[in-house]
Amino acid sequence: MKKLALSDEILLTIEKPARYVGNEINMVKKDLDKIEIRFCMCFPDVYEIGMSHLGIQILYDMFNRREDTYCERVYSPWVDLDKILREKNIPLFALESQDPIKDFDFLGVTLQYEMCYTNILQILDLSHIPVLARNRTENDPIVIGGGPCVYNPEPIADFFDFFYIGEGETVYDQVLDAYKENKNKGGSRRDYLEMLARIEGLYVPSFYEVEYKEDNTIKAFYKNNGQAKDKIRKQVEMNLSDTFYPKKPLLPYIKAIQDRVVLEIQRGCIRGCRFCQAGMIYRPVRERDLAFLKDYACQMLKATGHEEISLSSLSSSDYSALQELVYYLIEKFSSKGVNISLPSLRIDAFALDVMSKVQDVRKSSLTFAPEAGSQRLRDVINKGLTQESILTGARDAFNSGWNRVKLYFMLGLPTEMEEDIEGIAVLSDKIAREYYAIPKIKRNGKVSIVTSTSYFVPKPFTPFQWARMDTPEEYIEKQRFLRGKINDQLNRKSIKYNWHEAEVSILEGVFARGDRRLGKVIYDAYKAGCLFDSWSEYFKYEAWMKAFKDNGIDIAFYTSRERDEEEILPWDFIDAGVTKEFLWREYNKGIQGKVTPNCKMACADCGAKVFNCGICYVKKGQEVTS
Amino acid sequence: MKIRIKFTKSGPLKFVGHLDVMRYFQKAFRRAELDVEYSQGFSPHQLMSFAAPLGVGLTSDGEYLDVSMNTCDAPEIMIPRINAVMSEYIRVVGFKVLPDNSKNAMSIVAGADYLVSVKDGYDFMDKSVFEQKFTDFYNQENIIITKKTKKSENDVNIKSMIYHISFDREKFQENMGTPLTARIKDSVADTYANETKVYIRLAAGSVNNLKPELVMEAFCRYAGAEFEKFAYQVHRLEIYADLGDGINRKLIPLEHADSFAKVY
Repeated sequence: MKKLALSDEILLTIEKPARYVGNEINMVKKDLDKIEIRFCMCFPDVYEIGMSHLGIQILYDMFNRREDTYCERVYSPWVDLDKILREKNIPLFALESQDPIKDFDFLGVTLQYEMCYTNILQILDLSHIPVLARNRTENDPIVIGGGPCVYNPEPIADFFDFFYIGEGETVYDQVLDAYKENKNKGGSRRDYLEMLARIEGLYVPSFYEVEYKEDNTIKAFYKNNGQAKDKIRKQVEMNLSDTFYPKKPLLPYIKAIQDRVVLEIQRGCIRGCRFCQAGMIYRPVRERDLAFLKDYACQMLKATGHEEISLSSLSSSDYSALQELVYYLIEKFSSKGVNISLPSLRIDAFALDVMSKVQDVRKSSLTFAPEAGSQRLRDVINKGLTQESILTGARDAFNSGWNRVKLYFMLGLPTEMEEDIEGIAVLSDKIAREYYAIPKIKRNGKVSIVTSTSYFVPKPFTPFQWARMDTPEEYIEKQRFLRGKINDQLNRKSIKYNWHEAEVSILEGVFARGDRRLGKVIYDAYKAGCLFDSWSEYFKYEAWMKAFKDNGIDIAFYTSRERDEEEILPWDFIDAGVTKEFLWREYNKGIQGKVTPNCKMACADCGAKVFNCGICYVKKGQEVTS
Repeated sequence: MKIRIKFTKSGPLKFVGHLDVMRYFQKAFRRAELDVEYSQGFSPHQLMSFAAPLGVGLTSDGEYLDVSMNTCDAPEIMIPRINAVMSEYIRVVGFKVLPDNSKNAMSIVAGADYLVSVKDGYDFMDKSVFEQKFTDFYNQENIIITKKTKKSENDVNIKSMIYHISFDREKFQENMGTPLTARIKDSVADTYANETKVYIRLAAGSVNNLKPELVMEAFCRYAGAEFEKFAYQVHRLEIYADLGDGINRKLIPLEHADSFAKVY
């Protein structure tokens, strides 16, 4: 047995020691003597969350298919171990070999949400790697950032050697080949970064500089290195049915958040909701072949022994062969006790049939995400879900025995008025009325409606990237207003209202559309003890506010300010396919309440056609219901 | 039909707790495509139960679980088939079909053998001194410990719950009349350079249960040494059922205690 990095004394003192000992089923083992490149993949949150992430599993499998590369993993040490590692000066290690990360060639960090930024600094700090990229030496690993947050990497640009923008399946081979080439010819770290700057999709932040105007907006963004590109084009895997996907996903011993096989049936979304970043940055929509999915479903269930398979996509109902796939899985696996879960499924006759077959009706709930309370505002955000379709879906479900409904809304959307907010209360009540309209004998006790509101955060590469975010005061006032309106409803006792706290969303808003000046704030907040910011029990709002104040940074500049069309946005150097013209057009149509048809109905000329694949090359005008 | 499976647990997986080991086996059986019997209802689960939970930090050569299966092949086929999908640190070493009227393993546990080793760096006394003092400790007429519960403290005499001690595995098994198996060399127990260790047989199960850690704590108090809780690696060797007549104990390893009918 390979010696563990942590002693028995430490492991028996901390919570869930199995987080740190590796050796999971399907873990890849390699002979270090035959390896040229050591890559450590990091999800900067606790093990149970990181192990649930599909992207890491795809990349882990992909890297380890290379004979010259050993890809290992690391997750954020929980606060109990964090303290011990600091006290005893133990360097953070990778799970597979238990070797210190500072001895690796690469540290690749996936950036899934803004609130993990301090955790990145923890990983670097505990690994004894200089936190600032400019302080790293020839002996330090190359630190890479990837994932959705790299569509605006500027707030964390100081901490990374380069960012990989887009889908990981495409140019990593070039990244690793260039590394070997550079090493063989005795090239320096800088030589290597220059080689990378020439590869499509890679952004080396140190090769660019930013100048600001007096009003704090960007005056100029320019290159300081001749090898750097003007624009970085996001990477897209053109054929999702002939690419990397893990047949033997890692299986943790302790229960992960996602304790099931995750099968990504398609990438992207045809819907074009104007607030949704994923719907824009993953364009164009690409489906995986039915045969590919059937094959992988069988192999992954066999290799893991999971009792559940989840079909993952932004909008499952839009996958063209969904019925065939789902009925195939039910037929093949439900007798073997395998549950099938379908998040993001539109409630219709098919959905109810599937749900009644795979779930316990008494225990499961229906989920609707109208996002806005009135038809007018749903048109503004281009959410093609009507009140009628919600009520019809609910009625059918109630008739089939369901009695629980979850509703998701946002507060603070552009053009929002009191009527729109009140509409949330009214719609919740109408659903309850539907329930009590069915004969008492067919009802299953009382109806339970859980209405949740989140705080709208404008994101880069969405039509609302120019929009103003509400101030916390405005948001809290709206919450209070809505609570009052819910209490005015006939069925108020059936409606439970949940809302998000304002503080975390405000920070998310700052970092989502922030610039390089925020790097210092993040570093200062980290030094002041901020860590695991997405965990409410560890979130230190005052420490964050102090870090902003100490650096002379006004939060409202980033959040509650509407941008104009000419402003240089920090992420303008990224070419995500969707053009700025398209987004601006959509912003204005949105303000006017005009809807845009989805990609299957008509092409909106968003720009994603440049990627030469997916829905852009499928005949339009198919019948698609919303 | 009821199947009793014997397995070992070692290495880094000593840090995986009992509930996670249960989940591990459920998934392992699915990977091995065993024809396991499921409970009825909307969330069916495998009909499986474990003899005695093993604490986090302990290793074992002799863990048991019972599982209901609809069909199965001979042990020579089943054991390799399960091990093919298992971690190298949890291995199946026994597979036995039980008579239908057998009681489940958990209900018949009566004793367990442990190897307690002093970890290197914690060797607080010489091997020979340890053995002498431990023998003296064991030969006391009464061994009183204080058991703390949430509400109260109770003095308990554990002497009768310590069935046997030895410092040599072969002698230990000989004295106990347990068949000497080849398993000594196959043991997954970690070894330590200081070689200070003791084999002990203790009462286990629902009636009387004594943890080896409590014995070591009592020994340290007797020997005037400070009890360091990280100083010992506890390794379970075997779990037994009592097939005696109620007066004289007759401990039989669970894998051989299949049809459990008391003979008076």
